[in-house]
Amino acid sequence: MKLAIKRTLFLVVVVGIWQLVVSMNIFPEVVLPGPVKVMQALFDGFASGSLLVALGASFKHLLIGLSLALLFGTILGVILGKSRQADETAGMYLIALQSIPSIVWVPLSLMLFGFTEFAVIFVVVLGGTFVMALNVRSAIQNVPPQLVKAARTMGTSGAELFYRVEIPASIPYYMTGVRLAWAFSWRALMAGELLSNGPGLGYSLQFASDFARMDQVIGIIIIIGTIGAVVDQLVFSKLEKNVLKRWGLLKS
Amino acid sequence: MFLELKQVGKSYEDQQGRFEVFSDIDLSIEENQFVSILGPSGCGKSTLLSMIAGLEKITDGTILLEGEEISKPGSDRGMVFQEPSLFPWLNVKNNVLYPIKKQLPKNEAEDRVKHFLKMVHLSKFTDHYTYELSGGMQQRVAIARALSMDPKVLLMDEPFGALDEQTRDLMQDELTKIWQETNKTILFVTHSIHEAIKLSDRVIVMGIRPGRIIADINVDLPRPRKRNNPDVVELETQVMDLLKVEIDKVLKEEIDYEASN
Ligand SMILES: Nc1ncnc2c1ncn2[C@@H]1O[C@H](COP(=O)(O)OP(=O)(O)OP(=O)(O)O)[C@@H](O)[C@H]1O
Ligand SMILES: [Mg+2]
Repeated sequence: MKLAIKRTLFLVVVVGIWQLVVSMNIFPEVVLPGPVKVMQALFDGFASGSLLVALGASFKHLLIGLSLALLFGTILGVILGKSRQADETAGMYLIALQSIPSIVWVPLSLMLFGFTEFAVIFVVVLGGTFVMALNVRSAIQNVPPQLVKAARTMGTSGAELFYRVEIPASIPYYMTGVRLAWAFSWRALMAGELLSNGPGLGYSLQFASDFARMDQVIGIIIIIGTIGAVVDQLVFSKLEKNVLKRWGLLKS
Repeated sequence: MFLELKQVGKSYEDQQGRFEVFSDIDLSIEENQFVSILGPSGCGKSTLLSMIAGLEKITDGTILLEGEEISKPGSDRGMVFQEPSLFPWLNVKNNVLYPIKKQLPKNEAEDRVKHFLKMVHLSKFTDHYTYELSGGMQQRVAIARALSMDPKVLLMDEPFGALDEQTRDLMQDELTKIWQETNKTILFVTHSIHEAIKLSDRVIVMGIRPGRIIADINVDLPRPRKRNNPDVVELETQVMDLLKVEIDKVLKEEIDYEASN
């Protein structure tokens, strides 16, 4: 609880400074609107339903894109983790692909699929797949050999060894992969939508900026950041922590 | 003979050539016998146990269990490792259930799990996960797990090596009871001379460079064997002298090597 108070207080201070800068009239209000104005813009956006539509569209893209990224990433990662041959041949390129910022994929995607929702989803998939694949690969490669040995003395081998031991043993790394894939996909989604024809949060942001509605721009940035933090804290970090604890990997 | 090792040898191939861990190991073990293996570090005790378990390739000779040649792991041999090797994603009950889950009808399997958890005094902890258990408790679960598949031979590689003296003492007493109740044949690797003599019918002492059996001692003393029993103490001294020669050999070799470099 003490932590919550500290965090709230911090927020209040930041908003206070913001208001102070605005009150000093250094920037014209069109460039830097105050907190109240931004809140008003957010409220209007939700009241008119336009932000809700944008949010809905964004979550749809994310859900489809992230699911596909997790699927492809898992398949790729298992292949690389299981086959030394495949890892030696293609593993290096995966790191190269992973290091490409997702905004780089946007022009490519637009050329391939035009200004469609599919183009956005494609960018999200690329954003999440590689980081997922890398983590799944580590997950498979880091199965403790001791557990495999123990399982073998109990008559487990082949496919059974894979699903009864290797899969559960790799879940901690897998969860880290899921959390990172979400974070990367979320960033990719915004990059993709920014250059799309909408609907979507990124598109709304671009739209607001085109019409010089700084209050909306800041409001949407706040929404994007809030969703990112809340989903990470409430869903993925929690999930990951629980798994690590159960697997005895949490340093306490 | 129940478990028979004939001219068993093990060597590893690497860039520098062949490295022989041991060779010409001949050993016959009777059913229900409790046999300990002592030896300096690196003489190949774990390797030998792994070969009997079917985890390591047998490079020379043959190992027979009830006349059948061993070539891969099987449920007739259970193993307890020194390293923690319980599955952390399963609770205590499901860990013990693991080896028999597919082999037995559900009721029968669960009864068996209950039976062995009771034997190791962990009935109260069936729903706990590994991270909630102490090292000694984890090893007890591992023993129950190995027993649940009803192996003919129980292979134990320094199972109590990481435990404190008092816990270790308790575990030794428990193991003796379990052995008497279940009539298993047990092959027990340890570094503790006292532990070997306290528990076993027979103590095998291994030497190093080359790895081989240097002594095979029958322990004909009534159980329970107290620490200060003069017969126990005498036997301990005897084994200690045997081992000292081997350990000194390794030390001397290392010192000579360093001196020449
Ligand atoms: N995979 C391997 N490749 C090469 N050498 C190995 C391998 N595994 C074990 N060895 C060697 O075999 C020898 C015996 O090892 P082992 O683990 O069986 O010894 P140990 O008697 O169990 O020793 P400790 O008492 O320390 O556990 C050691 O010299 C070790 O270096
Ligand atoms: Mg060993």
